[in-house]
Amino acid sequence: MSYVIDGQAGSSHLLMGNEAIVRGALEGGISVATGYPGTPSSEIIELLAGVAKERNLYVEWSVNEKVGLEVAAAASFAGLRSMCVMKQNGVNVASDFLLHLASSGTRGGMVLVSCDDPGALSSVNEGESRLFAKMVEIPLLEPGDFQEVKDLTKWAFELSEEIRNIVMIRSVTRMSHASGNVEYGSLPDGKAHANFDFHGPLLDQEKGPVISMLVSAAESQHGPQQEKLRKAAGIFETCPFNTYKGPERPELLIVTSSACNLYSREAIKALNLDKKVGILKLATTWSLPRNMVKGHLALTDKIMIVEEVLPTLEENIKVLAAEMASEIGIKTFYGKRSGHLPSIGEMNPDLVIGALSSIIGQKRPSIPVAFAERARRIIDEVVPKRAMTFCPGCPHRASYWSIHNAIEMDNRKGFVCGDIGCYTLGMLPCGFSTLKTVHSMGSGSGIAGGFGKLKQFGMDQPVVAVCGDSTFFHAAMPALANAVHQKSSFTLVILDNSGTAMTGFQAHPGIAANAMGEEMPALDIAAICRAMGARVEKVDPFDLEGTRRALNEIMEYGEGVTVLMMQQACALSPQRKGRKNYDMEIDEELCLGEKCGCNRICTRIFGCPGIVWNKEKGVSTIDELICVGCGVCADICPQGAIKRREAE
Amino acid sequence: MEMADFNKDPYSLVIAGVGGQGNVMASRLLGSMFVTKGFSVTVGETFGASQRGGSVMSHIRISRQSSWSPQIPAFGADLIAALEPVEGLRVLAQYGNPHCVLLCNTHPVYPVNVIKGEDAYPPLGDIKRHVKSLTPHATFIDATGEARRLGNPILANMIILGALSRMGDLPLERGDFKEAIRERVKTDQVALNMRAFDAGRALCL
Repeated sequence: MSYVIDGQAGSSHLLMGNEAIVRGALEGGISVATGYPGTPSSEIIELLAGVAKERNLYVEWSVNEKVGLEVAAAASFAGLRSMCVMKQNGVNVASDFLLHLASSGTRGGMVLVSCDDPGALSSVNEGESRLFAKMVEIPLLEPGDFQEVKDLTKWAFELSEEIRNIVMIRSVTRMSHASGNVEYGSLPDGKAHANFDFHGPLLDQEKGPVISMLVSAAESQHGPQQEKLRKAAGIFETCPFNTYKGPERPELLIVTSSACNLYSREAIKALNLDKKVGILKLATTWSLPRNMVKGHLALTDKIMIVEEVLPTLEENIKVLAAEMASEIGIKTFYGKRSGHLPSIGEMNPDLVIGALSSIIGQKRPSIPVAFAERARRIIDEVVPKRAMTFCPGCPHRASYWSIHNAIEMDNRKGFVCGDIGCYTLGMLPCGFSTLKTVHSMGSGSGIAGGFGKLKQFGMDQPVVAVCGDSTFFHAAMPALANAVHQKSSFTLVILDNSGTAMTGFQAHPGIAANAMGEEMPALDIAAICRAMGARVEKVDPFDLEGTRRALNEIMEYGEGVTVLMMQQACALSPQRKGRKNYDMEIDEELCLGEKCGCNRICTRIFGCPGIVWNKEKGVSTIDELICVGCGVCADICPQGAIKRREAE
Repeated sequence: MEMADFNKDPYSLVIAGVGGQGNVMASRLLGSMFVTKGFSVTVGETFGASQRGGSVMSHIRISRQSSWSPQIPAFGADLIAALEPVEGLRVLAQYGNPHCVLLCNTHPVYPVNVIKGEDAYPPLGDIKRHVKSLTPHATFIDATGEARRLGNPILANMIILGALSRMGDLPLERGDFKEAIRERVKTDQVALNMRAFDAGRALCL
């Protein structure tokens, strides 16, 4: 990724939004960066970690987003520029500290980057982070193209120092994971020096202790905090990143931000409306620059707000319009609340084109009708869908196989509570529909602890929770401590695949290296659980029978909290990738196919992409290109037709 | 040398495939080649959860003016390069139009429901017939077969880029590719990627 730091000032590069954030942070003189992995944000910390030595940075994958924000805040308190990066759900986790931080204020420029995922393309929800900026009263910046991602990130540090408070940047999947031209500025070569000055009086922003505390109503920090936000809004009035493009007096004004700026641009072009419709693209969406917005609202009667998920910008614009109605007149608004645009899912050009054409009353030209009809039939009738599934050789498939079978064999209507990771797919057929609750990071363990206390109300179902190794450190440890302390009864299965696998093997405290590749002591999950008072056993999930038996014995025992660690590295991990333990083969003489009575257990139920049902021959066969040789399937065939041979 | 402009602005192309086929690498290489030529390029990718056996798409917009939407509007693609045949058909149906050009690898990657025997994967002949019902401008090549001959099926993505450079729809030359590949892969991988690119060019003579 040398081009992110090596490029000369003035040179133009194709940068992914997340790379542009990195370049902006480097040009902005960042010293400390922290974060917790989560799509679509993970590349930012990975890239910064990769250049940490070269640029004299400290970069860490923190145990969770709240701790990450605290670590980055310390750097700011010591006068350094720092950044904390997370996906939208992470802001929920960080929000407790964020509220306090917004109150105490910051010193060195500090930026919180949230990468939201409208449409939940790689999330379990599309919850949005913008509302946090309003709730904790801090400035919110939303870049509207790729150059702006870089420039706005750099500027955010200056803004933060100007107002002495944290600034939030919100990206979305289609900015973070999309790419565009970015012209580089220069990288600073100044040496940063850290020193925490606390000798001044209590509420002294520059030299006093950094404390979030309401000393008294008259002397509280809340007033100065709001003054900081007002100062930011004043700066936003002339901010060059807020732009208007369109006719002098548009028939309709689109107010938008972020990726929706690009969708709106596309819609105006598709309908050929550039003489009638203008775009006010706001990069500073909280709090809004009142007079700047007013000047544009005054020029037209019809206003459409284009944004993703909730009508957040829409409502903020409407409040301003209501306050200014006596000066600018009554406006007609279009957007989510009018039903012209949906409040769920991500936006796209076609949705904006549809809304715009119905408001203006102009049909979209050049839809090839016959083509569209044929295309729809082909998609419905010919093209097979691609369902999500675990990778070939994934330990989760083997783990869920045994968990599912143990619960069936136990026969007391036991169930499994899950949370966030690749193993969330355990709710789908690829995980044998094993998960019966799925919520936030670590919540399977907390919920299972709650179920485990319901015996006094007559509940006698065995309770199991699953969580990953990274999730254990992130959020499951408090749940485990609580469950042991409250004498709850459940089995916590830790699906330990040696890394934060879903997002690309980022380090966590259980791994013997940190984000920057330095050797670190690995925390022993089993020892932690034992120290908390839980019984701990370990199995290899590739040993199907041993795993099933261990779980059945634990469920039988039924008292207290037992941790069962299922340890096997992810199939895509550096230690397993490209390495086959076994060469697999199916003995076509032994495979009875449909006549077996096994209901094609290997292909239809186990469902590893490495075993293919050969319709012509009526037998299963191994796809050697896809099979990674984990050998697990040999143990599920009742005929013993699947053979494993030690790989050379 | 100043290249001729596209006949459309923005020119919109899709690279389609399945997780693990090197879609993202191909799209960003292609995109960076046009940035070097002075164009404004926008690349939108769909990846993440879709890596686990799902469809993967990269939308590339090339313009003299500005960034455009990282999602192409329906029926808006000028060119589709597919690393997998049903993905080629799917994306042609979603984003294509009767004038859309399709370059398509013939090697299938079966969806999990096909592997399970619950869904049918259309034979290549059927896929070609359906493609022809949508556009007359389709070319099929065995990029994966060629990539295996070079030692690694993942090289199909570079072979497709090589073939694209010969189809006449993209102002793209061997030198542009060489420059871009040097910037983005390890030095010892440059020669192999160039061989794959040249193999693709040879397939589209």
